[in-house]
Amino acid sequence: MEPRLDYAEAGLIVGLEVHQQLLTAHKMFCRCPARRYTTTHDGEVLRHMRPTLSELGEYDGTALMEFKTKKNIIYLLNESNVCTYEMDDTPPFLVNQEAVDIAIEQCLMLGCDIVDEVHIARKQYLDGSIPTGFQRTAIVGVNGRLPFAGRTLSIIQVSVEEDSCREVSDEGHLIVWRTDRLGMPLIETVTGPDLHTPDEVAAAILLIGRVCRSTGHVRVGIGASRQDVNVSVRGGHRVEIKGVPKAGWAPGLVHGEAWRQLNLLKLRAELHRRGFTEPGSIAVSHTDVTDLFVASEQPFVRREGWERFVAEGKRRPGLELGNGPFRVWAARLHRLAGTLSWPTQPDHFFASELAGRIRVIAGLDQRPILLHSEKWPDHRGALAELRKVRQRLGCEADDAVVVVWGPEDDVNTAVNEVQLRYEDAVRGVPAETRQPFPDGSTDFERILPGPDRMYPDTDSPPTRVTRDRVERLLAGLAEPPWVREARYAAAGVPGAVSHYLIRRGGANLVDRLVAETGADLRFTCFFVGEKLKYLRRCSVAVETISYEHWRELFQLFTTNPVLAEAWAQIVRLMAASPLASVASLLAEEGLGAAPPAWTERIEPLVEALGAGGYSTEHGAKVRLAMGGLMAELRGRVPAGEVRAAIEAALGGAR
Amino acid sequence: MSATGDELKGYRGRARARLAELGVRVWSRVKLTNDAGSVFEGVILPRSETFDDLHIVIKMVNGYNVGVHVDRVTEVEELGWKEAVYKIPEKEFPVRPNLPKVTLLGTGGTIASRLDYRTGAVIPAFTPGELYGAVPELADICNLTTRKLFGVFSENMARDNYIALALAIGEEIAAGVDGIVIGHGTDTMGHTAAVLSFMVQDSPVPIVLVGSQRSSDRPSSDAALNLIHAVRTAAYGDIAEVMIAMFGPTSDRYGLLHRGTRCRKMHSSYRSTFRTVGDIPLATVSRDSFTYLSKDYRRRDKSRQVRVDPVYDERTTILYYYPGMHPDLVDALVEKGYHGIVIAGTGLGHVNKPLYPALKRAIEQGVHVVMAVQTLWGYAQMYVYDTGRDLLDIGIVPLDNMLPETALMKLSWVLAHTRDHAEVARMMTTPIAHEITPREPHNGYLIMQGGLPEIEEWIKTHWK
Repeated sequence: MEPRLDYAEAGLIVGLEVHQQLLTAHKMFCRCPARRYTTTHDGEVLRHMRPTLSELGEYDGTALMEFKTKKNIIYLLNESNVCTYEMDDTPPFLVNQEAVDIAIEQCLMLGCDIVDEVHIARKQYLDGSIPTGFQRTAIVGVNGRLPFAGRTLSIIQVSVEEDSCREVSDEGHLIVWRTDRLGMPLIETVTGPDLHTPDEVAAAILLIGRVCRSTGHVRVGIGASRQDVNVSVRGGHRVEIKGVPKAGWAPGLVHGEAWRQLNLLKLRAELHRRGFTEPGSIAVSHTDVTDLFVASEQPFVRREGWERFVAEGKRRPGLELGNGPFRVWAARLHRLAGTLSWPTQPDHFFASELAGRIRVIAGLDQRPILLHSEKWPDHRGALAELRKVRQRLGCEADDAVVVVWGPEDDVNTAVNEVQLRYEDAVRGVPAETRQPFPDGSTDFERILPGPDRMYPDTDSPPTRVTRDRVERLLAGLAEPPWVREARYAAAGVPGAVSHYLIRRGGANLVDRLVAETGADLRFTCFFVGEKLKYLRRCSVAVETISYEHWRELFQLFTTNPVLAEAWAQIVRLMAASPLASVASLLAEEGLGAAPPAWTERIEPLVEALGAGGYSTEHGAKVRLAMGGLMAELRGRVPAGEVRAAIEAALGGAR
Repeated sequence: MSATGDELKGYRGRARARLAELGVRVWSRVKLTNDAGSVFEGVILPRSETFDDLHIVIKMVNGYNVGVHVDRVTEVEELGWKEAVYKIPEKEFPVRPNLPKVTLLGTGGTIASRLDYRTGAVIPAFTPGELYGAVPELADICNLTTRKLFGVFSENMARDNYIALALAIGEEIAAGVDGIVIGHGTDTMGHTAAVLSFMVQDSPVPIVLVGSQRSSDRPSSDAALNLIHAVRTAAYGDIAEVMIAMFGPTSDRYGLLHRGTRCRKMHSSYRSTFRTVGDIPLATVSRDSFTYLSKDYRRRDKSRQVRVDPVYDERTTILYYYPGMHPDLVDALVEKGYHGIVIAGTGLGHVNKPLYPALKRAIEQGVHVVMAVQTLWGYAQMYVYDTGRDLLDIGIVPLDNMLPETALMKLSWVLAHTRDHAEVARMMTTPIAHEITPREPHNGYLIMQGGLPEIEEWIKTHWK
């Protein structure tokens, strides 16, 4: 990864929070069906969030920031997957004990100590992702450990919690959420800060994923597991990269964040060198420059350009649109020239740190969000505009300039955020939650919340977890992935196949079939892990086949091995008629029994080969004959037997 | 803190004994180790007395709470002790001489509050300074004074509270306020609004009851917006009646002003739970405007003389009729010395025949029996069927479209004035505050049914 970086020297430390949806019939605090996603809605609710004060009379930093954004929040409701609980118009029902059971299983597999009494807490989120303004969450286990890359990966805690809404859009001051996912039970596994390279992070994500899936009681598919990656370097600060959808994204993101933090630390040194040693020493002044841009060649800074942007986006006053008339404000950053183009992430500069804050907090999202003196458009009219702006601000040569535009209240917030972000830069790396992108870059999402946002849920009584319950779950617990992988490896199954089976849940099917039908482990692993994967890719509806039918098939494989040679044909038949017994399907197709007098057909075929002027090479002849015959005989006569008969016939004709 | 046990607040039995043995107490900051070697660092919290006696609750450093079984504790190290003090910092409520004067009367519950993050305890914000800290918008509306009358859940409101509340309203009006807001739990807000409508007549200024359906310690609470609506109504609204100001839709959009005698809580938990029954609401109120829906209200007029008449007879009840009801219920009420019975009858105001003799006996013994309808909407029209006519003959007084709870409140108020049958009947059937209306508008009864195409269309295009 470029630019190269010595992670040990940088003091890179990474910890994970892995989220995994659980396979329950219902949601966690109401009786709605779990994971019934929809793309339409039949009702909407409009809400706002208001921070609640702590006993010190202070707001949590995140809460305050999210209140400043003055977001209008719309929830889309679909009767088929939400009730009045998700609307926050009904208190929670008692916690879904099926979800608690699965969370306990998960904890046991992670080697955790199960909490004796589970207390539901509320974790505040004011971005609207949960209509109550908080997520209900509870610690189920603590103090776990996993074998990882020849050492131990510590598990700090495992909690069970409700999933949040899915974002539909976020434009200006309006954010729209779909509520179908809200309330789905999930577990969050928190590792210790034990990871030290980007590649280790990806490996740890995959390992925890295999642990989760080994229970057989978690959901798979898009969005069923997501992770937050916490990154810091020596002298930096924990930054949370939120909602990383795939392990494969992690190395690039971790690398980029480490690079960003190191650069921010260098920027801090530069600011200190310039005498900005206290946040209070940053000086940002501003003035209205709307008139300087009335005829600008940069369309977005002109009133008509803004109005077109508003009209095209159908932005409504009081919803998407901020308050106040259109204004262009210029901020003078005293003695900060050169810092806007300070590198941060690979291919990013400090100005984009400002843009991120302005987009989220001021709600100004018209690209390019801001103009600044260190990357000003260089056509001639534009440069003249910059000169006028500098003049109006009374800039010295070592001052930098940032220009923002939009509704007056929002440009006011934006200029204030410029000041605040520079104050943070004097301190070093701000505690942030950042949003990941596939190219390995991140952007500001919110200020990182602290423990102050947690408080008990007075609506829910605690759940006692008895030793009996833990023992019962322990007795039925599936194998941990590393034990299973070793067992499969001993049978000659390659690691990639084992990982696939564990990740996609096929391993449980394999073990059950082997245990109940006496099938060969290696054969069954390849069957489920490779052959069924192939058929699934060919759009065969493999998942419609019930376990009972798989068992019947494997029993037939054992008693009549010739059937295994026709696996693809048989599985296609089973998928097409998922209710029919395998025996009846085989009977219908005449599979499993040699057709009468099949050997008599070999002689003429071989003679035809000899006469047809085809290849005279012996092997090619056998292949040709096999190809012709096996299409008909596969699953009826063993291929070896057919081959032997052909060989015999060829030998005779030679 | 005393040694009498408060330092183990809420802990009973085994947990209490174990804590004492370990030498730690509530608010101890501890490092607790269990038999699996897990370490829990945090603060020991008080425990709810309704929970079992087997667990110690710890608020961990990361903010989560867990319960640790007492038998599994192997070692506790006390790192410190600091009692949580529930105190809200006050910010002085700014005085702006040109703004109206509003008094907020507190009855209990929490209209505004802050949260103690360490314990999750909700600390009510009530003084103007506290309220200003929690809902600063109030300072832009009025000059606010607060008086805490009592601190009870709304289900515990009763005669003495109603009387004290009416007297306090009278005092505030005499002192020249521009409007009164009453903070009240929502469960019996309708009852209080009704009784105040009789106890406080001819008010020159608005009297507004307000509460919340989602407590104010939640970011999504309706409390702040309800309070802003209520204070605005008290300060600037034109309707000088007893009203309830609560969310119109469940969305954060506007509040409805309901007449105190015609309003009912209709859902156990929805924000839009209060509905005017048998009529339309008086007005809508938002952060910056009023829309008056009705023209038929008493206007604000500071020269009008208020009449406070705070009397209440508690020996009254509602008999919610059901098929097969036995007459001995009525006899029991008479025997126990009840003075008045509101029957919530079926349909147009009916009960079964076996009750007739018991009701007749009751009335002969001086018990006043009045009839409201359990359908809530519509009139008691007892002359339509024989059943109703028989009941009229017995001497039961029909109350037209008076809501059952309003009828109970009014009967209690009336019976504290007179026990004369004819006078009680006259007073009960003479409307004071629209508790009986002569006409029911066709849009006064709207319970839309989901699933119908036209309703679904409406729901799709309007915020609920």
